[in-house]
Amino acid sequence: MASSATVGDLVSQPYKYGFVTDIETEKIAKGLSEDVVRLISAKKCEPAFLLDFRLRSFRQWLQMEEPDWASLGHPPIDYQEIIYYAAPKQQEKKASLDEVDPKLLETFEKLGIPLSEQKRLSNVAVDAVFDSVSIATTYREKLAEHGVIFCSISEAVKDHADLIEKYLGTVVPGNDNYFAALNSAVFSDGSFVFIPKGVACPMELSTYFRINSGDTGQFERTLIVAEEGASVSYLEGCTAPMFDTNQLHAAVVELVALDDASIKYSTVQNWYAGDENGKGGIYNFVTKRGQCRGDRSHISWTQVETGSAITWKYPSCVLQGADSVGEFYSVALTNNRQQADTGTKMIHVGPRTRSTIVSKGISAGHSSNSYRGLVQLGPKAVGARNYSQCDSMLIGDQAAANTYPYIRSQQPEALIEHEASTCRISADQLFYLQSRGIAFEEAVSMMVSGFCRDVFNQLPMEFAAEADKLLALKLEGSVG
Amino acid sequence: MIRPDAPVLLEIRDLTARVEDQPILKGVSLTIRAGEIHAVMGRNGSGKSTLSKVLAGHPAYTVTGGTVLYKGEDLLSLEPELRARAGLFLGFQYPVEIPGVSNLEFLRVATNARRAGKGQEELDTFAFEDLVRERLQVVQMDPAFLERSVNEGFSGGEKKRNEILQMALLDPLVAVLDETDSGLDIDALRIVAGGVNHLAGPDNATLLITHYQRLLDVITPDYVHVMAAGRILRTGGKELALELEERGYDWVDAELAATERTPAEVG
Repeated sequence: MASSATVGDLVSQPYKYGFVTDIETEKIAKGLSEDVVRLISAKKCEPAFLLDFRLRSFRQWLQMEEPDWASLGHPPIDYQEIIYYAAPKQQEKKASLDEVDPKLLETFEKLGIPLSEQKRLSNVAVDAVFDSVSIATTYREKLAEHGVIFCSISEAVKDHADLIEKYLGTVVPGNDNYFAALNSAVFSDGSFVFIPKGVACPMELSTYFRINSGDTGQFERTLIVAEEGASVSYLEGCTAPMFDTNQLHAAVVELVALDDASIKYSTVQNWYAGDENGKGGIYNFVTKRGQCRGDRSHISWTQVETGSAITWKYPSCVLQGADSVGEFYSVALTNNRQQADTGTKMIHVGPRTRSTIVSKGISAGHSSNSYRGLVQLGPKAVGARNYSQCDSMLIGDQAAANTYPYIRSQQPEALIEHEASTCRISADQLFYLQSRGIAFEEAVSMMVSGFCRDVFNQLPMEFAAEADKLLALKLEGSVG
Repeated sequence: MIRPDAPVLLEIRDLTARVEDQPILKGVSLTIRAGEIHAVMGRNGSGKSTLSKVLAGHPAYTVTGGTVLYKGEDLLSLEPELRARAGLFLGFQYPVEIPGVSNLEFLRVATNARRAGKGQEELDTFAFEDLVRERLQVVQMDPAFLERSVNEGFSGGEKKRNEILQMALLDPLVAVLDETDSGLDIDALRIVAGGVNHLAGPDNATLLITHYQRLLDVITPDYVHVMAAGRILRTGGKELALELEERGYDWVDAELAATERTPAEVG
């Protein structure tokens, strides 16, 4: 529990990551065409297989329609008004941090992600992505000693082309859905993680995404592969400046877990959400999927979604290996005019596969917050089990919460449990806490973190407290 | 304990209040000095619970007139949490459940808020655990209740014990206990009352709000006030409670009817 002073400090601040870094940027002209796809690929000196992948995806994207089934409303997105590549001007990626533009280092330091040797986080390796490119990755040598590869995906394409060719697009194919196809055509950077057989990654890995330009889309691609018996915990964070316009963010994340491997993927998403009237903010259309390819493999998604004007995101698990396990823990908070349609898909393919879903939605202001989840048990998923729990908390009387659980089972004997609840922070509960000397904001924050505890417990320790504070900050002025 | 020279802790003058458009308090006056135990009795709907909520600052109640001085200073302009930090305590008739918030954590934050109000330093987790384990004995409560969410799944008696535990931790100057006896069996009543008696001292004061004499068999009040229709109709010593017990509340109705016919005669 933060002391009342720090929560007070927090709630008195608006979105504190809304600044813009003044830095010379190389941008291509706005608009999307096959030439643009070729240009991006050429800028990155990519091998032929990758250009083919991009072009195939682009051609398929042209045939596809933007999905409209989610409980979201926004004006049509003009894909020709977006810049698909923007990078801070610097030569080649630097071998040493000393050569990185100090303005960039300063930006990340301001975001609470110091990268320099002296100040960097002691137990977390960070890949810092600024607009379309990765600018630095810490602790690479230390990780390399263990055989762990952690670098930007652009570098991986150069240095580990065989691994990229083997795994990229195998979990989320280039034509998976409208936004995934767009990403597959134009993705600019992102992180690549490879944990070899039998290795437990010695530290937390983390990528921090920063959108800086006002007219640029961000299309990052992340690929994490854990070989037999390997394990890794990975955390993603994101922020963006405040602009009156909306920026498009369409990312793809693919996870592959082989036999007995385990991947834990956590997200704290704090993109700019727009102002209280819904002006500006990020459109966040993200495809995240993990494949438990091996027997007894384990993939766990934890997400804390607090930002973005629109969130469209369903981190999923394909449970292919026998006895594999998928987990999804989510806190989605919406305030003001934010809209979120988020949830998960648990696709049980193999026998005795198990999945757990814990979703906590908090809606305040005039926002709308929907949980959408699919639990599917195929013909071979004998003895599969699922447990789902979806709780909604309403703050004020103008917010909406929806739950859309879909269950498709071809296993008559399967055990599928679904629990759902809706609650409201009542004036009497707040008064009770206040009458014990606890200030209003702190009382709200206590109740919200209590509501989210099951999910926060899943976050890496360093970030659980941050998540708590972030929620308090986001709820400023929403109660009462 | 009545000492005419003891400092006045709470002074309520002509207090009127409404909930929504309904006037409930219609002119309550009451003076409480350090060391005193007061009991306010009355039927359901007489306004006695409203009085406790108004003192604690519940947002559903609007004060329409009168003053309340707490240690000589205006109480009504303070936010509820500041009243608590200054030492005013309300024991709730129906303590709410707060799922997800750990009772131990809640008690620690509340205790430290009150300590800050007294100018004392914050207790860390370990120091607080020692304190809470000692105070648990006041209400003979099982430490297992600390690990649960605030009041969640507690029986009526356990909730009331949790209230008195909070009182023991917050060390209030004025404790207002709203129907603390309701829903308690005789053993629980004895434990809760024992806690209240243990905590009452020469420097603090207690205002008991109750319907029945049975609480006053175990906590002896210095003053008994009878409330009806939003006013204090009569004030006396502990024997007034016995009189009520014997005669019931019917005579109060008669007296009330008389005052309403001739309001000018009310002193």
